[in-house]
Amino acid sequence: MELIKNLPEMDEGDDARRMDAYKRVAASRAKGRPTGMDFIENLIIDFMEFHGDRRYGDDPALVAGVGKLKNMPVTVIAMEKGHSTKEKVKRNFGSMHPEGYRKALRQMKLAEKFGRPVICIVDTSGAYCGIQAEERGQGQAIAENLMEMMTLRTPIITLFIGEGGSGGALGMAVADQVWMLENSFYSVISPEGCASILWKDASKMKEAAESLRLTARDLKELGVAEKVIREPEMEKDFKKVYYLLEDLLYDAFQKSKKLPVEELLEQRYEKFRKIGRQQADGR
Amino acid sequence: MLKKGLFRKPKNQLEDYGKTSVREMREQHPEVPDDMFLSCPACKGTMLAEDVNQNCGVCPKCGHHFKIKVRERMEILLDPDSFAELDAEMTSRNLIEFPGYDKKLQSARNVSGEKEGVVCGTAAIGGFPCAVFFMNGDFMMGSMGTVVGEKIARIFEYAAERQLPVIGWTVSGGARMQEGILSLMQMAKTSGAVKRHSDRGLLYVTVLTDPTTGGVTASFAMEGDVILAEPGALIGFAGPRVIEQTIRQKLPEGFQRAEFLLEKGFVDAIVKRQDQREYLRSLLALHSKEVLV
Repeated sequence: MELIKNLPEMDEGDDARRMDAYKRVAASRAKGRPTGMDFIENLIIDFMEFHGDRRYGDDPALVAGVGKLKNMPVTVIAMEKGHSTKEKVKRNFGSMHPEGYRKALRQMKLAEKFGRPVICIVDTSGAYCGIQAEERGQGQAIAENLMEMMTLRTPIITLFIGEGGSGGALGMAVADQVWMLENSFYSVISPEGCASILWKDASKMKEAAESLRLTARDLKELGVAEKVIREPEMEKDFKKVYYLLEDLLYDAFQKSKKLPVEELLEQRYEKFRKIGRQQADGR
Repeated sequence: MLKKGLFRKPKNQLEDYGKTSVREMREQHPEVPDDMFLSCPACKGTMLAEDVNQNCGVCPKCGHHFKIKVRERMEILLDPDSFAELDAEMTSRNLIEFPGYDKKLQSARNVSGEKEGVVCGTAAIGGFPCAVFFMNGDFMMGSMGTVVGEKIARIFEYAAERQLPVIGWTVSGGARMQEGILSLMQMAKTSGAVKRHSDRGLLYVTVLTDPTTGGVTASFAMEGDVILAEPGALIGFAGPRVIEQTIRQKLPEGFQRAEFLLEKGFVDAIVKRQDQREYLRSLLALHSKEVLV
């Protein structure tokens, strides 16, 4: 949390809390930042982890299961990067294979069956790029999640806690609401990747980060995220974030549970349908 | 000691071989029209362009599928005069003020002669009415921005309302990074529209052509009820170069080609371009409501 601690603007008013996009990216990747399982531990009571996609295997980059949010049974699906080097390697640094997306979908279907709301926690540099990932249909696995999540008949909230790498993040982010921690980001491509493709110079990642509009605040302005959650200065103060989230999630699910499912799905569809629509009508 | 003249410029054309551009060589032989002959990148054979064109842009010797222009593909596949274009005038703007994007859009319009990266409309194939979309590889590598996403979503909504099947030809480098997160959201938007169309019991067929990658593979390209591919087409989520850089090893021969996906179970069938029309006609006939009664 070194980086976050050193930000001078952090304690001032909202506008003053703006900072360089790339600093946010660095903060989202900073060592010691809470990972998916930290959120599960602090938000969920009696969490039970369920493994496997029933198709190929169990992806350690994804932790899924059930537990209680206060007194409400919920399904939680979290990408996990790990803290120690050993753990990181085991978790493949939070980059999922297709079986991870299929495990997520399996748990979502169970949530739908038993009427549990779904919390998705996203923290990944992207879906894994590798031979096996392609062989087992990375693209197809993500595509299926996008389709199925759009009509999943139970509330879904996706929380971005760190990196939100492109399609790999979106594969768990077709939700009723997208909430982002202040130092998380969400982008179509990493700033480094963008700089090296467009300007053949990976060191231009700072310009790329600014141009891509990838910070939590940008995403709220662009209508992609509904909430930006303020982060505390010190890592030990992260408890405050957990308490806040517990209340916010609980209230949001209570509210959406009162909505008829058809209306919930209509709103979810519209959330994504409207992005880019205005422009089309203005022809 | 270096000899004088070791680095001299070549004096005659033979020494200079390989440095003269094809265009210059053609200019030296004005009696051969520029586009009369084609060289096949797969079998290296030289053939009359006319023969390739009459064979749907497929090499008559080895069957290699040349990349073809979007309107040429439409002519090959759709019943004559059956196509009615929808949302033809929709054009992209630089929504997040990404540096250099306006210029890129302008040059893409000039190069491709099209307004955006996909052509949508209604048509008939073998007499069966359907909604169609054809992605355009000449327009910023067929990348998906908000307009491509919007046009795809609209064609599915249009087809759902009118109970039409959708047939789409994909070619894409993925989401268009110059539109940032807004392009990524088109993956969700199009997938939602596909799902609604599907939930009405309507048929959706994709034909994956070379190359189909990234965000398009991870959304509507892989969401067809029936997924077809052209022979040899590169199909994947991550591009081969990105994978090689990530895993630091060479990829096996044929990796991510249509035949590989067929073997792995992600494509229903590989259909040559010359056969696609007849294949789709049969497929449409089989799914048509009249036949079922």
